[in-house]
Amino acid sequence: MNGFTGFVLRRAVGAGVTLLAISVIVYVVFYATPGNVAQITCGPRCSPEQVHQVARQLNLDDPLFVRFGHFLQGLVAGQDYSTGTSVQHCSAPCLGLSYQSDQQVMQLIWAKLPVSLSLVAGAMVLWLILGVGTGMLSAWRRGRFSERVLTGVTLAGTATPVFVIGLILMIVVCGELRLLPFPQYVALTDDPEQWAWNLLLPWLSLALIEAAAFARLTRASMLETLAEDHIRTFRAYGVGERSIVGRHALRGAFAPVIALNANNVGSAIGGAVLTETLFGLPGIGQELVHAVNVVDLPVVVGMVLVIGFFVVLANAVADVLYAVADRRVVLT
Amino acid sequence: MSLVDVTGLRVDFGALRAVDGLSFRLEEGAALALVGESGSGKSTVASALLGLHRGTGARVEGTVEVAGTDVQHASDEELRRLRGGRAAMVFQDPLSSLDPYYAVGDQIAEVYRVHARASRRAARARAVEVLNRVGIPDAVRRSRFRPHEFSGGMRQRALIAMALACEPRLLIADEPTTALDVTVQAQVLDLLQTLREETGMGLLLVTHDVGVAAESVDEVLVMRHGKAVEHGPVTGVLGAPAEPYTRELLAAVPRLDAPRKTSTAPEEVVLEADGLRRVFGRGKRAFTAVDDVSLTLRRGETLGIVGESGSGKTTLGRMLVGLLEPTAGTLTFEGRPHAGVTPAVQMVFQDPVSSLNPRRSVGESIADPLRARGERQEGRIRERVGELLVRVGLDAAHYDRYPHEFSGGQRQRVGIARALAADPRVIVCDEPVSALDVTTQAHVVDLLAELQRELGLALVFVAHDLAVVRQASDRVAVMRRGRVVEEGPVEDVYESPSDPYTRQLLAAVPALDPEAAERRRVQREELATA
Repeated sequence: MNGFTGFVLRRAVGAGVTLLAISVIVYVVFYATPGNVAQITCGPRCSPEQVHQVARQLNLDDPLFVRFGHFLQGLVAGQDYSTGTSVQHCSAPCLGLSYQSDQQVMQLIWAKLPVSLSLVAGAMVLWLILGVGTGMLSAWRRGRFSERVLTGVTLAGTATPVFVIGLILMIVVCGELRLLPFPQYVALTDDPEQWAWNLLLPWLSLALIEAAAFARLTRASMLETLAEDHIRTFRAYGVGERSIVGRHALRGAFAPVIALNANNVGSAIGGAVLTETLFGLPGIGQELVHAVNVVDLPVVVGMVLVIGFFVVLANAVADVLYAVADRRVVLT
Repeated sequence: MSLVDVTGLRVDFGALRAVDGLSFRLEEGAALALVGESGSGKSTVASALLGLHRGTGARVEGTVEVAGTDVQHASDEELRRLRGGRAAMVFQDPLSSLDPYYAVGDQIAEVYRVHARASRRAARARAVEVLNRVGIPDAVRRSRFRPHEFSGGMRQRALIAMALACEPRLLIADEPTTALDVTVQAQVLDLLQTLREETGMGLLLVTHDVGVAAESVDEVLVMRHGKAVEHGPVTGVLGAPAEPYTRELLAAVPRLDAPRKTSTAPEEVVLEADGLRRVFGRGKRAFTAVDDVSLTLRRGETLGIVGESGSGKTTLGRMLVGLLEPTAGTLTFEGRPHAGVTPAVQMVFQDPVSSLNPRRSVGESIADPLRARGERQEGRIRERVGELLVRVGLDAAHYDRYPHEFSGGQRQRVGIARALAADPRVIVCDEPVSALDVTTQAHVVDLLAELQRELGLALVFVAHDLAVVRQASDRVAVMRRGRVVEEGPVEDVYESPSDPYTRQLLAAVPALDPEAAERRRVQREELATA
């Protein structure tokens, strides 16, 4: 498996280069946009002198590439920040300090990340089970009544906004039936059981939205595989329909499902704002929206980079899985 | 009771009647070939024997009895027991006929366990046993390979192994060698022959290739438009055909021993290749597809380039047209160095389906070279395209039709018209007829010869089929692993081949005459042991 190890390494290097490119673009896009950051950070009532002082404090007077150099240096080696009187050490990987709270961006992210990861990981398991399962069933029962019902249900799932599904779930499950308390985030490390119960509804709402895409993809790839010659071979050899669908056709859906899943996981980490807001989960998405509203650029840039990191990571993992699943993939 | 008993078989796909009242029998241990051109319904019959039309929307009438099972009325369960258990099928394209994701041995084991009560281990052992039986070297290790890691011939052997796994009484082989090189084809046909002698199973061979039938069966049934044209012992039907259609079919088969009028090509050299070399990839992955090939092409002559898949003949063809840049070596066209694509050197491609844009009318496709030369006047373009269409035996009114409205042979004519549109002096034809039926093949080869005579074209005819190349060429170059192993006038190369590889290739070509086929088989054994 020497070629394979090499492939994984090359893929990892490629992911690193992609991340660096993302950081350049994100940094330039946010810091080079017009608008007086110092004025916004300082507040509407600041005098010009105060604004000027803030700008100096935030190093906003330096040229962009110098600031980006500092930023990279902080990422790799850590950095010291003076906040008026005291000096704060921000150890690597340092994403800078928040303009608003002088808190280290990395610490902010560390606080929010477990929430987002918990939400996405659980939802992913659910959407894979629901989506691939439904897709399999509808490929197997294609053209029959049960397939049309399934397709209709999944379509309704995608078409309903997450806050509608989430609200209905909360009202029915927590309000009317009182099966669960209204969700409130409990850390996994504190109480695994409460963690799972409290996240169940958010998982379900997020998964229901995503599942439809997986169902359609699974169904389409399975039907495509079912039309292929090798399926005809196994039919001609008396292999049962269950084995043909479950073993041979499902395998064909594996690669596209991995690819879609990678994208969904990556984007849901920062993009599940609606779900987070609805269920009061203090995750990355919510924090990002807040940071954008108050133009807290270090936080925005840091979070976008972290989200980018997960998108790149998910895709790299998908590529490796892809190569494991299909040996015909040429490893380059 | 016969092994196969088909009476009044009728298969309809919607409004299309694919099989129309066919009846035949096959006794235990006997071998029958269904021979016909594409669309004659022969594969449909093969599928009907295993009840594979069930649930596809096709309407099947008549009675089909295979190994004691009434296929028409059998339950799904009975049908499953028949399929693979008592009657097994080998399909045409061995790559797509195996699941790409699973090891070959596992796939055979899976099929075996459907029919035999066996543990996973025992089934796996059986898979290795049958792989061994069909001559796959190092079967234990190879059984863990996935289909793409096998060569074409090994894949077809693996499919035959799968068929053998449950010791069926009937083997149905649907074009089992069509996708294979001629030497590999001979090996697979020899294998089928040996297996039949050893196991006593019956064989139903479906093929468009009369030569393949002559090599392998006792009886032949010639089909056309879903009906039986002629049916009888192989020596009778192929030796003294009673029906005009059978005679036509046989006459169209390119023969190795057919005499060819020698053309008097002038000595004027149009295209000259010197030390052509092409390497793909770099470093450790570098692969030399064409290695030091020198050729000359004279005005008005046809140079055949023959070789098996992977021999570099297509790469060479592409370099001659300028579609690929040579890694080393020079090309001279009419005395001047030649690089890149020029209107004077055109190409006709192998697959007439994919080499035409399905979304554009054939007239538009043919007009491309005209427009590329700067012709802007619609009227003149239409007029010229109309002439070209007539020139290749189509109708000027076909301008606005789309590729799917044409048959394979007609599409290849469109491809030739497109090549002619640039007024070329050289046309490189890359496997121009290998996707076509024999009768269509003959027509296209005739068309090329006619165009050559009238327009004084020089042709390069690249093909894997030795008989077709012989029929079409004045001189021939035999390629192997990127090199030309033998080159000379067609008669010399075919009558007295000097290279052992050429001899091996020629011995592998199926003969039309069953007795000659037997002689060739012996000759192949000698060559193999020598």
